[in-house]
Amino acid sequence: MDILTQQLINGLVLGSVYALVALGYTMVYGVLELINFAHGEVAMVGAMICLAVIGGLVESGVGLNGISIVLLGLAAAVLVCMVLGFVIERIAYRPLRRAPRLAALITAIGVSIVLQNVAMLIWGKQYISFPPLLPVVRYELGGAVVTNFQIFIFLLSCALMAGLFLLVKKTHLGRAMRATAQAQDVAGLMGINVNTIISITFVIAAALAAVAGVMVSAYYGLAHYYMGFLLGLKAFTAAVLGGIGNIAGAMLGGLLLGVIESLGAGYIGPLTGGFLGSNYQDVFAFFVLILVLIARPSGLLGERVVERA
Amino acid sequence: MNTPRILKSAAFLLALVVAAVACSKKDNATTAVTTDEVIVKIGSVAPLTGPQAALGKDNDNGARLALEEINASGLKLGGKKVKFELMSEDDQADPRIATIVAQKLVDQHVAGVLGHLNSGSSIPASKIYFDAGIPQISPSATAIAYTAQGFKTAFRVMTNDRQQGKVLGEYAVKKMGGKRVALIDDRTAYGQGLADEVAKAVKASGGEVVAHEFTTDRSTDFLAILTSIKGKKPDVLFYGGMYPQAVPMVKQMHSLAMKTRFLSGDGAQTADFVRLAGTDAEGTTASAPGLPLESMPGGRQFKEKFTAKYGVIQNYAPYAYDAAWAMVEAMKKADSTEPAKYLAELPHVTRDGVTGPISFDERGDIRGGAITIYQVKNGAWEVMETVMGDAAQPK
Repeated sequence: MDILTQQLINGLVLGSVYALVALGYTMVYGVLELINFAHGEVAMVGAMICLAVIGGLVESGVGLNGISIVLLGLAAAVLVCMVLGFVIERIAYRPLRRAPRLAALITAIGVSIVLQNVAMLIWGKQYISFPPLLPVVRYELGGAVVTNFQIFIFLLSCALMAGLFLLVKKTHLGRAMRATAQAQDVAGLMGINVNTIISITFVIAAALAAVAGVMVSAYYGLAHYYMGFLLGLKAFTAAVLGGIGNIAGAMLGGLLLGVIESLGAGYIGPLTGGFLGSNYQDVFAFFVLILVLIARPSGLLGERVVERA
Repeated sequence: MNTPRILKSAAFLLALVVAAVACSKKDNATTAVTTDEVIVKIGSVAPLTGPQAALGKDNDNGARLALEEINASGLKLGGKKVKFELMSEDDQADPRIATIVAQKLVDQHVAGVLGHLNSGSSIPASKIYFDAGIPQISPSATAIAYTAQGFKTAFRVMTNDRQQGKVLGEYAVKKMGGKRVALIDDRTAYGQGLADEVAKAVKASGGEVVAHEFTTDRSTDFLAILTSIKGKKPDVLFYGGMYPQAVPMVKQMHSLAMKTRFLSGDGAQTADFVRLAGTDAEGTTASAPGLPLESMPGGRQFKEKFTAKYGVIQNYAPYAYDAAWAMVEAMKKADSTEPAKYLAELPHVTRDGVTGPISFDERGDIRGGAITIYQVKNGAWEVMETVMGDAAQPK
């Protein structure tokens, strides 16, 4: 029983990070119907910026405690990524807004490769370690172990998700975003500056990705120019699972994917009598995705069937 | 309206064909003779991008250092001055890309190949080099299968996993008190092969394998499999794989408050493992084929030369260096850089390499070959013991 609890905790923490990144995919898809494949790389850049700032602060010997150094790093990462999100949209996507969807999609993949390689040139091919500024504290919870990192990641992700949800559903800006998502041209006629709204969407998505990137690197203690790829892929899966374009769907999809992966890896061996091993962890998640898409092509909470390249 | 377009496309196609012919001509002129100097291409293959890029660059630099020294020595073969050129290729540690890269090198008429770094990519690539008759010396592929395919072109300068797995399994049971041993491997030819050998040795030494879980060489999250392993209460956990996975694995073992001791092979026995895992690395035990760098006959000298040029030695650079020298040694014996001619001399090469004496057995494995066990103490790998052995010994 304590093993099951532990697996659920593992899954929820992992899932909350997926959800945070998935929100970025889903928001951009919502307003532009573009799958921004560079989103995972934005998270990677966030982690790298944070580590660079932390490294600089630690070396300079400023008399700050661990938490404030990490928070400064996080703030820097969020700011840089917001600018990056803005620039990506302005340079790579805006000129293609009226072009066929496929062009924008391929551009997104291109941006992702460019970001990866630029990061490799700046920070090198080496893994970068997250300095042990924050002590790991473990708590026993009915036989399972939870660390302060895990609790923090889960709570922060939930808070950000709730904040975003309120922003989109309750504020003026959110209403403008939803209007843009429904019909760009009509929203423009109603006095909404569509370009600004799209830029803001990218900036918010990038900020969330930066937070997720920093959390992932702090959690695993590692950052690497390649880390955005798998994170992005998993988050994209989560977004599709929940119904891409739907904000609550991204959250649900993320959490669900994390839990499925965790339980899958933990129990797939015994369940199949050793026929399938835990290396099928990822396959398990994609298998569930396929099942969901067969039964509900628009995802768990998706409202409309999407048929665009 | 249509005709000019067709004309245009035809002209474009023609231009393409001309360009292709021009290119292929250039390609064929591998040994571009400039009066008395011959340029000989040597391939070097390792993952230069992706998670293992740091290790790949290390191998590449080891080979580069050797060839630069040989070029500087003014080597003459067949009456002509030879200049070696290193063709670095990136196989991304991916078996599929490895075969593409291997074919590319064959098409460029390289005289020999140093690589690949990983067993998983060396094995499929070795078939392509064998078919082309091009000698291949891997600095670091340790999977048994690599030299067990009967390819006369496949050699290696590192002890294979049969012996490493045996030493590790015995060490786990006898020296680490591992009555109950759990295994994780990354399902690569190297990780899986090593873990299977460890499992055999654990059972032979009277231990019990209580779990065998799997991951991939791209994963970072192991909490799920560690949790299910924790439930089986093993004394020792062995990981067959590389350090990019071993680092988060030890960290996650600590965050799960696991008391199990962590053991791994040469894939984790790197400088980066200790740097990245920090305090979590303490107490980790790992093996590596060969002697520790300080005990290698040419270790200190090599370290000085290498670090002056390329920085920290990750792991296999001295082996890549020795592999390059062994290849050139055979060329010297044959007085030729023709693959067909010097391949016949490779089995007879003897050389006092940086890593130890280099000579090959009938399968292409290195003769002799030691295994060293290390443990992280106070933030550095410390030698626990060295087991001398003979990798050439058939099972």
